[in-house]
Amino acid sequence: MYRYDEFDAAFVSERVEQFRHQVQRRLTGELNEDQFKPFRLMNGLYLQLHAYMLRIAVPYGTLSARQLRMLAHIARKYDKGYGHFTTRQNIQFNWPKLVDVPDILAELATVEMHAIQTSGNCIRNVTADHFAGAAKDEIEDPRPVAETIRQWSSLHPEFSFLPRKFKIAVSGASHDRAALRFHDLAVEIVKNDAGETGYRVLVGGGMGRTPYLSYVVGDFVARPDLLAFLEAVLRVYNENGRRDNIYKARIKVLAHTLGPDEMRKLIAREFAEIKAAGTLQVAEAERKRIAAYFAPPEFDVLSDETPHSADPDFATWLKTNTHPHRAKGYAIATISLKPIGGVPGDCSHQQLDALAALLDDFAMAELRVSHEQNLVLPHVRKKDLPAVFARLKSLGLATANAGLVTDIICCPGLDYCDLANARSIPVAQRISERLAARQEEIGELKIKISGCINACGHHHAGHIGILGVDKKGVEFYQLQLGGSAAEDAAIGEIMGPGFGEHEIVDAVERVIDAYLKLRRDGERFLDTYRRIGMEPFKNVAYLEQLHAAH
Amino acid sequence: MTTTLIKNGCVCNDDYTFVADYAPLPEGAVVVTLTRLRRERGELLARNTPLGVKLASDQSPEALGSDLDHLSLVVLEFPKFRDGRSFSWARLLRTRLCFKGEIRATGDFLYDQLAFMVRVGFDAFEMQGSPEAFGRALAEISNVYQPSADGRKTILDLRR
Ligand code: SF4
Repeated sequence: MYRYDEFDAAFVSERVEQFRHQVQRRLTGELNEDQFKPFRLMNGLYLQLHAYMLRIAVPYGTLSARQLRMLAHIARKYDKGYGHFTTRQNIQFNWPKLVDVPDILAELATVEMHAIQTSGNCIRNVTADHFAGAAKDEIEDPRPVAETIRQWSSLHPEFSFLPRKFKIAVSGASHDRAALRFHDLAVEIVKNDAGETGYRVLVGGGMGRTPYLSYVVGDFVARPDLLAFLEAVLRVYNENGRRDNIYKARIKVLAHTLGPDEMRKLIAREFAEIKAAGTLQVAEAERKRIAAYFAPPEFDVLSDETPHSADPDFATWLKTNTHPHRAKGYAIATISLKPIGGVPGDCSHQQLDALAALLDDFAMAELRVSHEQNLVLPHVRKKDLPAVFARLKSLGLATANAGLVTDIICCPGLDYCDLANARSIPVAQRISERLAARQEEIGELKIKISGCINACGHHHAGHIGILGVDKKGVEFYQLQLGGSAAEDAAIGEIMGPGFGEHEIVDAVERVIDAYLKLRRDGERFLDTYRRIGMEPFKNVAYLEQLHAAH
Repeated sequence: MTTTLIKNGCVCNDDYTFVADYAPLPEGAVVVTLTRLRRERGELLARNTPLGVKLASDQSPEALGSDLDHLSLVVLEFPKFRDGRSFSWARLLRTRLCFKGEIRATGDFLYDQLAFMVRVGFDAFEMQGSPEAFGRALAEISNVYQPSADGRKTILDLRR
């Protein structure tokens, strides 16, 4: 993985001291909360319902054993003993004290971690395919590109006070595991007809109150031009994005108001000029320097057989939680952070430490965080799978549900978030308990839950999406069907009136029962929905309310 | 607290007088709005004294066209410190429009933004605070990752 050189290390340390100074000025009252806010946000510090929340960047989702141990230490020393992995491949701590935050950041810096730009109206932490460097369908590892973008965007003098936040995702595979079409900007590594590698750039995706899918603004951006192209997009956005209405300030609104032709024209003009200046070209030597850090480990020559395990649960886990690897004798394994009835994305300090030990004991260099709030072991020797499984099981981390109906993405909701309209975690827990026994029969089905229209739980992209709304002080839940964040990206369609707190789980179950009756061979829920539409599901979802009314 | 003009890191006398749209023009160097510059263009350019224009944050300096050649000062306003458009306007003035005169910041901006502002091309600041504080703000982070209008060597250059 990437290692800081002296410049990166000095940059992060100075940033910590700068923030220490800002915190001091806040504590003495020299800065008021309004003035302090943008700077604490740019250092990952939110003010939530009960306390501050610190969001730490996990660039492109990659973590080493040393970093995991540091996160465990921070959870123990400064928090209540656990961290929470988010849909942006970050980790959040929900209980730090303001005075401690500079020390936390200084400790993080010792393991090459930081919280820079994990919030605020700036270019956020760059995410990438969590199977990077391991996936069978990969053209090229997206992380060197993500790292290049991370460096360029760090304290960018022109783009640190954008109209709104700006999220970038990178993928280098044919299967989209990075939710590219829902990002403000996405970079897809592609090959042109001449066999050269370059980038397709998409702009204007997003969720929230007006969801949009992004569209292509750069069909094939040549390698050295990547940052010049991104700078062009950001300048167009900084100058033209709306600043009068926070709900219309994301680039998605600009992109879809102007339309692709006008957007491309504006970008092209800036791009030509920045490229001509020549100072932002990505030199091949620098590209290679960064790429070298991400070179795959030397894969052993191994048999492709997976040994037998006496544990009957192993076979199920093997089927649901492991994925094809590009090297023979290796597998990718998903560590589910969605125990049945648990809080999606939570990880205790004991688990974080134990995961570090697992990496060491099985000679694995790194772990990944996925945007689905799970963890991933990118390079597991197949011969080790039974032992790895047994270890995970002893840690309570062997839930066999990757991609299944209990693998729910869920935002913090009313339990933590002061913007929430409704609780989301308890709904996820009850759905998980209700459907766990049948999840294998149900097959791939992605449920995503947000506690308000801001859509941090990605409900627009759920095969089944659930949105918490507030109706005269009472929590209600809207159902959306048919969304997807993968290469078949779509925005879910709203079913109709919301369901009460006691109706939503039944409604979801009835929708799924209907699917089981109506599905054709091998059809996922999403395929059935796309074939037959909303009506058959709507007809059953409201049954209970109809009965109650009569 | 009083506002001082810090230019190139030092406290400076402000030689310019800002003149509201319908106020009479005094002797000496003046700053006018874009509206007034357009309305009284001939008269203003004919004066043989330094001329500046003050742009609101939604006015691109490209709107100045060739008039920019006659200006020695462009004042960019920050109505709220969160409004980051002037970062791009300053950058454009320096790189696209090759403006060599003074770019001055006025309005609501913070100590913590000064380093960014200098990088994109501002060289004068109507602000509260001392030159010492100003200097400290610029020194907090020694190196930079990206090229900007200041032509500083980036970390990438230093790695070579
Ligand atoms: S979706 Fe709403 S409730 Fe959930 S975390 Fe985001 S802002 Fe909070």
